[in-house]
Amino acid sequence: MNESVQLTQNGTHMSDQPKNTTPSSLSDVAAKRAETKIAGTQPLGTGLEARGVHAWFDKHHALEDVSLDFSAGTVTALIGPSGCGKSTFIRTLNRMHEFIPHTSMAGQVLLDGKDIYEPGIDVTKIRLQIGMVFQKPNPFPSMTIGENVLSGLKLAQLKVDNQEDLLEECLTRAGLWTEVKDRLGAHAGGLSGGQQQRLCIARALAVKPKVLLMDEPCSALDPGSTLRIEETISQLSKSMTIVIVTHNMQQAARVSDYTAFFLSDGGPGQMIEVGPTNEIFSRPRDERTENYVTGRFG
Amino acid sequence: MSIDAPVKVTPPARKITTKPRVSDQIFRAIVTAFSFSALLILSLIAIFLLIKGFTTFKEQGFGFITNFEWSVTQDEAGKEVTHFGLLAMLVGTVVISFVALAIAVPLSVLTALFLTFYAPERIKRILVTIVDLMAAFPSILYGLWGFFVLMPMAEYWAKLIHKWLGWIYIFDVPDPVYTRSPFIAGIVLSVMIIPIITSVSREVFSQTPLDRIQAAYALGATKWGMIRAVVLPFGAGGVVGGSMLGLGRAFGETVAVFSVLNIVFRTNFQILFTQGGNVASMIIQKWGEAGPSEVSALMAAGLVLFILTLMVNFLANYVVTKTVKSGR
Repeated sequence: MNESVQLTQNGTHMSDQPKNTTPSSLSDVAAKRAETKIAGTQPLGTGLEARGVHAWFDKHHALEDVSLDFSAGTVTALIGPSGCGKSTFIRTLNRMHEFIPHTSMAGQVLLDGKDIYEPGIDVTKIRLQIGMVFQKPNPFPSMTIGENVLSGLKLAQLKVDNQEDLLEECLTRAGLWTEVKDRLGAHAGGLSGGQQQRLCIARALAVKPKVLLMDEPCSALDPGSTLRIEETISQLSKSMTIVIVTHNMQQAARVSDYTAFFLSDGGPGQMIEVGPTNEIFSRPRDERTENYVTGRFG
Repeated sequence: MSIDAPVKVTPPARKITTKPRVSDQIFRAIVTAFSFSALLILSLIAIFLLIKGFTTFKEQGFGFITNFEWSVTQDEAGKEVTHFGLLAMLVGTVVISFVALAIAVPLSVLTALFLTFYAPERIKRILVTIVDLMAAFPSILYGLWGFFVLMPMAEYWAKLIHKWLGWIYIFDVPDPVYTRSPFIAGIVLSVMIIPIITSVSREVFSQTPLDRIQAAYALGATKWGMIRAVVLPFGAGGVVGGSMLGLGRAFGETVAVFSVLNIVFRTNFQILFTQGGNVASMIIQKWGEAGPSEVSALMAAGLVLFILTLMVNFLANYVVTKTVKSGR
């Protein structure tokens, strides 16, 4: 309660206040990140673009007319209360939505300008380019740690010349290498939850996706593991486009360049507002966004 | 004045007990009684067979399972001379059952995969009903079908197999007689055990955790790739378990095998040749004209079959727990 009041004050007066050395409010955190972010990272294609996306579960209209640009090399956080359609939305971005029976969607999702829902497109190739990390760590328990990392290559029948190098590279980028380098042959089930999640990130990286979707990747993890994964996200954002769904607004402020706020008023979920993360947390345009980020509901 | 170091006292572990309510105790007694009744009936049958077959075990000794002569004759003095050796029948039982498994397991696993991951809802419902119906079909009908319909066709297949794979010992034949062979009996048995293996496999496949399936798809897996990486490792234990249930049925099957197999007391591993054995079928064949000593031998044979089935099941259990835990 206390904290949320302080957040409002800091948020609204941020522009005329001297910067704290220790960022305490969401807007400060976001502003700090905006400063450190190297502007205009390398070109990575044109990124991912959602145009007028709707989604249904059977007859239930879960998501209404969402258009969002994820430009290459940026981190976008999707925030909003439960049931607002943000997980549904992220699952339409790599065609995971259609695995649930009796679902449908409308609109377009463009990867480098090409519609991923185009008839006749090879959906496995799409998912190779748009990787995903799930809420619950889901390594393959029948495989070793090393096999898990390289499983995507095997599944997609890709050939790699030097598997050892790729293995080390992916595990290093996922921040797990030092912890597991001596037991790559051990089964993945023996790792802690946080390690398993980083293993899943390493696994997603091995097939070299352009975009990485993360659906609440830290919600099942302890704060220490969460921190490690946030560091990993910062590292990765230099070389790929990341979309992350999170319930943790501190996390959104710490890791993202852009934030989109989703809300359902009982009907289908809608995207209320999107903007640079420090603006969403300091001077949101919509009153509902402000209420949410300041903790008045949700 | 000296200060004593604080003494660390570790209390003894408490004994934790609970007193269940009367209603709970009554229910507990009921479920216990019923579950033990199955065990009791099984033990009584085993004891019955042991008592009835005791004279045979005493007279034949270990030879009962290592010899393969089965005869009741009379010597000059008119005294009965018996030779009861079960080896050929035991070997035959195992050979036929493995032929049946070799055919039924791949078929059942593929059927189960189709039903779980590929079949549209309506076709799935119809197929499941048909496969379940196969299990309820009387075995004598399988026997008749095997004799009148399958045998002429299978004879031709056997000739083909012999022509191309005859250089492998088990596909060779001493004489070109291909009817009433372990191969044909195995095919009939396989049709009978497909339902049980299919339905157990289908059950475990459908329980594959969704998050693992999604993980595979999110990595760009094809459906077949996903099945290989996720579903098969997860379901392997269940498939083995289902196969063992099928094997149990194959071991004990009587009438269907009896109608399509030429029962001969000679061990034969050449599955295409018209010579085989099967404990249960042998019992039904000898039953009608058996004298008291032979009845005892047949009872003893039943007990041996019973023990063999139990052993296979324990072995299977052991294999399952040893090998497939990691897939879960």
